[in-house]
Formats: sequence, C-alpha cells, structure tokens
Amino acid sequence: MEILLIIIIGLLYAAGIYMMLRRSMVKLIIGLILLGNGANMLIFLLGRIVKGKPPIIESTAKMFTEIYADPIPQALILTAIVISFGLQSFAIILVKRAYKVAKTDDLDELNTTDEIYE
Amino acid sequence: MNNPYIVLPIIFQLFTAILLMFFWLNVNAQRLISGIFSLISLGISIWLFSEIWQNGILISQAGGWQAPFGITFVADVFSATMVLLTSIAGFAVAIFSAGSIRNARLKFGYFPILHFLLMGLNGAFLTGDIFNLYVWFEIIIIASFVLITLGGEKSQIEGAIKYVTLNLLASAIFLTAIAILYGLVGSLNMADLSIQIAEVENRGLVNVTAILFLIGFGIKSAIFPLYFWLPASYHTPPPAISAIFAGLLTKVGVYALLRIFTLIFIPDEFLSNLLIGLAALTILSGGLGALLQVNMRKMFSYLIICHIGFLIAGLGMYTELALVGALFYLIHDIIVKTNLFLVAGLIFKLKGTLNIEKLGGFYRQFPKFSLLMAIPLFSLVGIPPLSGFWAKLYLIQAGYLSGQYVLIGFILLGSFITLWVIAKLWAEVFWKPDVSIPKKIGVKYFYEIKPLKRWAMVLPVILLGITSLYIGFFAEHIIVLSKHISADLMNPQNYIDAVLGAKPLTP
Repeated sequence: MEILLIIIIGLLYAAGIYMMLRRSMVKLIIGLILLGNGANMLIFLLGRIVKGKPPIIESTAKMFTEIYADPIPQALILTAIVISFGLQSFAIILVKRAYKVAKTDDLDELNTTDEIYE
Repeated sequence: MNNPYIVLPIIFQLFTAILLMFFWLNVNAQRLISGIFSLISLGISIWLFSEIWQNGILISQAGGWQAPFGITFVADVFSATMVLLTSIAGFAVAIFSAGSIRNARLKFGYFPILHFLLMGLNGAFLTGDIFNLYVWFEIIIIASFVLITLGGEKSQIEGAIKYVTLNLLASAIFLTAIAILYGLVGSLNMADLSIQIAEVENRGLVNVTAILFLIGFGIKSAIFPLYFWLPASYHTPPPAISAIFAGLLTKVGVYALLRIFTLIFIPDEFLSNLLIGLAALTILSGGLGALLQVNMRKMFSYLIICHIGFLIAGLGMYTELALVGALFYLIHDIIVKTNLFLVAGLIFKLKGTLNIEKLGGFYRQFPKFSLLMAIPLFSLVGIPPLSGFWAKLYLIQAGYLSGQYVLIGFILLGSFITLWVIAKLWAEVFWKPDVSIPKKIGVKYFYEIKPLKRWAMVLPVILLGITSLYIGFFAEHIIVLSKHISADLMNPQNYIDAVLGAKPLTP
C-alpha cells in the first residue's frame, strides 16, 4: 500500500510540475491542482497508514495500548482540500477572465505588465 | 501566561469585515466604518503590545486544549510588534482607500476584503502552530488575489495570473514541507517542534525540510531566484492596494522565515552560507532591476526585493547583533514601503503619470508635497538620522564582527544603488524643469476631487511620515525593542516554556 502511494505521489508531483511548465493557462491550472493533490496524499502517507484501527479508546481502558490510526493527518487534509478547492475555483475564474481580456491561452503573450511606463 | 484576549486583533478585524458586508452598496458608510474600526484596531494593538512588553509572552490555547495537542496562539514581543505595524499600515491604507479607490471598486467589496487581509496577517503573526500558519497564509493570499484583480483591468488580470500561480506553488511547497515535518516528529506546535527537531537523528531529511520551507517562504518574501512575480504584479492594482502589499505581504514571508529559522531549524553552516548568498544576490538583482525602470511603482517594486535582501542577510549571519539590524530594518521597511506606494498614488493623482521621464517640476509646483514625499524617499536611502540608517549601521557592524566582508560589500552596494535610484528619481521628478503633460481623460485629478477626500489621501502619508521620523529620531526606542526581540529569537527557551508550560511533558 505504501509503495503504491509513494509512486502515485511521485507521479502527481511530476505531472503537476510538468503541466505548470507548459505555456497554456489551462494546463497551468491543472498542474496546480495535481500538485495540491500530491501534497495532500503526502500528508496522508506520512501520517503513517494503519488499517482498521480507529482511534477510539475502549470503555474499559484508560489509554491506547496498541497502534492506532492518527486522526490528525486526515483533519489536515480536509482543511487543505477545502482551502485548495476555494483557491482553485478562484484560479479557474481568473484564467477565464484572462482569456477574455487577453484573447490568448499562451502565457508567453501575457506581457502587458512589462510595458506599463505610465 | 494564559490570556485569551490576545486573539482580539484577529477577531476584531473579522468582526469589522463582516460588519462592512452589511453595508455592501453604501460605500460612504463603508469608508467611515473602515476608518474608525481601523483606528480602534490600532488601539487594540497598542494595548496588546504594552501588555506583552510588561508581562512577557502571553498565550491562548484554542478550545482549552493544552499544547502541543491544541492550536496555540502565542504573542511574544516580535508578534506584538508585527501586529502593531500591521495596524499602523492598515489604518493608513484604510484612510487612503477612502479617498482614492473608486466607488465601482468599493461596490465589489473592497473594504471587507481589505479587513480580511489584515485579519489574515494578524493571524499569521500570532499563531504558534505551523499548520495554522499555513491556513493564515492561505487567507492572506486569497484576500490578496481578490484585491489584486478587483477592477479587472487587462494589466491587473495579467499580473494576477503570475501572482496567483507563484503563490499557489509556494503554498503547495509549504504544505509538502509541513507533511514531511509531521512525518518526522508527529507534531505541529512550533515550540514542540523546536524541541523535537533538535533530537531527530536523520539530519539530511531535516535539512531537506528546511530547504522546502526556505523555498515556500522565499517565494512569498521574493528572495533571489524566486521574485519574478513581484515586479510583474505589484504595479498593476490601485496604489492603496499595492501599498498594503508592498508593506506587509512580503514581510509576512520574512517574518515566517525569521520565526522558523530561529525556532525550529537553527541554521548550520551550510544553511547560513546559503542564506547569505541568497541575500547578496537578492540585493544585487533587486537593485539592478530598479536602476532600469522608468515607471515609479515598478522602481519601488524592485527596491522591495533589494531590501528583502538586507533582512535575509541579517538572518543569514545569525548573530544577535545581525538580527537586531534585520529587525530594525523590518520595522522601518514596513512603514516606509507602505508610504512610498501611497506617495506614488498621490503623484499619479496630481500629475496623471508615473513615468519619471515625463514628470518634472514637482518641487516648484508643489513645495509642501515635495517636503512630505522627501521623508519616505530619504528614509529609504538611509540618510542619517532618518530611519534606514540605523538598521544598516547594525547590519554592517554585525557583518564586520562575524567576518562577512563580502556581504558588507553587497549591503553597501545595495545602499548605494538605492541612493542612486532615489537621487535619479528626485532629480527627474522634483528638480527637472516642468514639462507639460497632456491631460488624460478618465483620470480624476487631485484638485478635481472633494477636499475631504483630498485630506484622506494626504493624511496617511503624513501619519506614516511622522512614524518614519519617529523611528529615525528616537532610534534608541526601536533599538531597545529590536534587541529585546533579537534576544528572544536567539534564546527560544522562554518561548518554549511559555507555550508548553515550565514542566516538561512526561510521556
């Protein structure tokens, strides 16, 4: 399971960075989304994966006696997913606006900002 | 000591932002509320600062969960100073916005977003939890995304694409670093991390994490190879917005670097040399970039980068004296950079252009304004006894004592380039004989707007000018403050004890 996750995370990061290095704005957004997902999976993996051991203390015991699944990484991932959802939806709208005003999908042609002398 | 009221600067900005939303279309009410509530929030920050100056570090455990299990808010002198500076800059910008931002922009929720941004900044300065810091950073960037695109001009949208991309990338790297950190030690509390990271045996992995944090925060604070988004975007939004960005957004990255690299990752020789090298190149590239610009705001954008280099240099040398210099510079820089962009906004309103080759005769035409504008410009250069001088003095002294002669060379070169740039600007804009600039259609000139709004644009510049003069002429106060913070940063034991309680945690 860990090996599989490691490969998936590596692929997500690689694909994300590859897509960000393209010149198209749409691919840029896809790259950012993939990168964000890779980071979330990494938190999940590094929180140690434990199968079928929810962090619930038995009513007879006072504390944990064996290994249990850490709930914090999942809380972190949930937070990160919600945040990245908001940011990505903003970025998608921004790209749409940029396409409308600049009439191009090519990032290399977005150089109006370098030509402001006023 | 426990004190739940230290989150008041955050809560109050949140309250203000929500209150402003109820006056969505009533822009005059928004102007008034934003101004008054920013003043109250300035009062709250002064209270917080004096409280901490007298009583030492105050903490607040969210939900009563003890550290390191819950989210902790920590207010030490460093945090309180940053919150105070945020409130000063926030107040100045709120007043300036009331005079300069058009109704069309205000009707799309400019003021609520501005206060959300200030809330995020206060949160980032006060939190003691690294994941919580990430969340505050996200609040800051989403608010800044909205501010930078508000109005939707072509240049704004294009600048925003670059700004948004690089900031999202920085967040992803920051999150990756947090993931590795959590995997290493299983904690997120910064005080707890400080103890636990020191005990990790796999130093290689610790250094990799440190570098990831350096890249993440480096993008946000615009250090050498990662700064390209800044000059591409900071000159596109209205002047009030670029002023708050210039004053605070890069500095929050520097704050995070100072915090992380003094508390969690103590720079070893490699990291220290890396920081010094980056600082030198940041100074050089920012300075050389500024020399080439003719647009005043672009020139100032490059100067931001140049001066971020001074701060990183102070961190890189990592002695108490060097941190005193860096902290003094940080305090001076927030006030001066905010003021500079407001001044640029004022010049645009008076003349209708920011091209320094077209401008001219400013001194003859507006002698009082020129005097007012001279304060931030010459403070930035650091002509003694103005505020920039003292900080550089400490940085150079620290460099001399730790034998970093090359770095001293770069700092002097950076100061010299700043002097050159500002002298060029002064000669072109203020002294050169006036060239008549054709009136632009669509620009509302300064003398065409109502007197109240005119005052709203001049008052913040005066306020920040007086603050800079205070930092310059009463430098001994700021030096005492910087020394206190620097001693705190170099000996984080007080911080750790305050957060975790004096008793060590038994497993």
